[in-house]
Amino acid sequence: MTSRTATLDIRTPEGIVFSLPLAGPMLRFIGFVLDTSTVNVITQVLVTLALVFIMVSPDIVIALRILLPFIVQVGYGIGCEWLWRGQTLGKWVLRMRVMDAQGLRLQFSQVVMRNLLRPVDSLPLLGFVGAVAMFLNRHNQRLGDLAANTVVVRQPRLREPDLDQLLSRKYNSLRDHPHLEARLRQRVSPAEAAVALQALLRRDELDPSARVGLFSEIAARFRSLVEFPPESTEGLTDEQHVRNVLDVVFRVRRDDPAGAAKSAGRGELEELAGK
Amino acid sequence: MIIDVEKFVTAERPFWSELEQLLGRLENEPGFQPDLAQLRRLHYLYERTSSDLAKIATFSAEPETRAFLENLVARAYGEIHETRRRGHRIRPVEWFMVTFPRTFRRHARAFWLGVIITLAGTALGAFALMFDPDAKASVLPRMFANHLGDPAKRVAEEEKSGGTAAHAGAKARFSAHLMRNNIQVSVNAMAFGLTYGIGTIVVLFYNGVILGLICADYIIAGQSKFLAAWLLPHGSIEIPAILIAGQAGLVLASALIGRGSRASLRERLRQAAPDLATLIGGVAVMLVWAGFVEAFLSQYHEPVIPYSLKIAFGVVELGVLWVFLARAGLKPTTDEQAEGGLPAAKLPQST
Repeated sequence: MTSRTATLDIRTPEGIVFSLPLAGPMLRFIGFVLDTSTVNVITQVLVTLALVFIMVSPDIVIALRILLPFIVQVGYGIGCEWLWRGQTLGKWVLRMRVMDAQGLRLQFSQVVMRNLLRPVDSLPLLGFVGAVAMFLNRHNQRLGDLAANTVVVRQPRLREPDLDQLLSRKYNSLRDHPHLEARLRQRVSPAEAAVALQALLRRDELDPSARVGLFSEIAARFRSLVEFPPESTEGLTDEQHVRNVLDVVFRVRRDDPAGAAKSAGRGELEELAGK
Repeated sequence: MIIDVEKFVTAERPFWSELEQLLGRLENEPGFQPDLAQLRRLHYLYERTSSDLAKIATFSAEPETRAFLENLVARAYGEIHETRRRGHRIRPVEWFMVTFPRTFRRHARAFWLGVIITLAGTALGAFALMFDPDAKASVLPRMFANHLGDPAKRVAEEEKSGGTAAHAGAKARFSAHLMRNNIQVSVNAMAFGLTYGIGTIVVLFYNGVILGLICADYIIAGQSKFLAAWLLPHGSIEIPAILIAGQAGLVLASALIGRGSRASLRERLRQAAPDLATLIGGVAVMLVWAGFVEAFLSQYHEPVIPYSLKIAFGVVELGVLWVFLARAGLKPTTDEQAEGGLPAAKLPQST
């Protein structure tokens, strides 16, 4: 069985690597339920609208009642994923998207294939075969995805951590040394910063001795990355040192006009990313 | 190395925005054909943004910027490194009249294999009926219940009204029912290619058995002319359509098995996907036509419509279909002429 936090790693010929988080079976099942409900609602609306033809012929109304559910069922996934760049309503709500497994442009034939092969994934019922295939596949692909060479990726909404709850706005002695501050921001890796942040978030769940040990290790790591003058770190506990480091890494200087400009820029970036 | 992230983001943002706009045009404007200068600019912006992503990837405090750049680079990568032909405009007529028959011919061997499997089923069905008349009741599905009785009696009853009583006032719903059922069977025949072709073979063979049982039953009862007049108008399109769906299933199975191919499974499936979508789309169009003909023509019999006329109609349909599949799309399209002839991979093969 594969890890549920699987990612699609793509290395471009230019040597750039980017990772896209893959949607897991549970998330996709919820999306499937949402889409099935949507298909049912659309079908009901269209079947009701078809009643206008009763004046022409009741036979046509019944014919439409036979055909419309089938057309909506087949056409919904194909139409939405093609026109909406790999998304259906269920996928949009859950921030998922169908992509080519090699990161290339999603082709119409791929969309058609993954949707038309759904009957096999649905065998014997409720998508059992597809679910088994997803659990056995490292990219969480059902059989339709395998044949169409597609994957479903997650597009998580990234939010800045609520630093105000974690970090006090007290004087931070590390900020007295802007050049070391800049070096610290450059040297602390995203993974290290994430570990330290999680440690602070969960600090009250830890045993006292474990808490002291954990923050001692993290602080030692940060100290090894950038050495601040002793007067800046004197008297600070390991936990306070970690707080100060995170404050430097995550929080833009309030009195820094460039920082304020950056905050405004982030809004623009989010707007662009959301397009 | 970046020291001042804020300054870096401010300086680079115009390039990211420009790339975003260019990608937006490429993705949303099917008719947009960038000229050489625009392509060079796209490549430059892609490389610059990739480089920015590599620089910023180590910064803890820039998750949004990193995610944004990853998204941008991923989209640009998809556009720049895609080698498959891009469908600039939706051209349903060209697709059906050119792409579909060409695709059919490219996989002619799979089609003929499907024909052999179906004929084997037909022979078994015919033999089963000859040796055990009760086989009809146990093999035929419920939708063929009207064929369970004595064919001669059915023909006599049908000819009393000339078929006008059958589905009277319900022709549209009968037609819709036929279309839905046949398209569903065809999609299944293709989809079950995923079982390494076993499911497709079962679907084709079973359809052959049903066909063999019904044909043998009517022929033994001396109702060959009625059978031909009833079956040919819609069957001359419907049966080949199911066979083409089986062809698609066998093409899918062949891509999975990959015998004699050095390409990876992923590459084989990537190559097969457009052909499968084309074949099943063509099948759907054929079955819509067959559904109309079966509901609005096949159900009428003598004296309303002479059998010879119905048989002639069916034979003409079959001939037109044969010529269409064998000859349509042999000449290069206008676009292909402009590009210097047929693409090598799409050269039609002889059936």
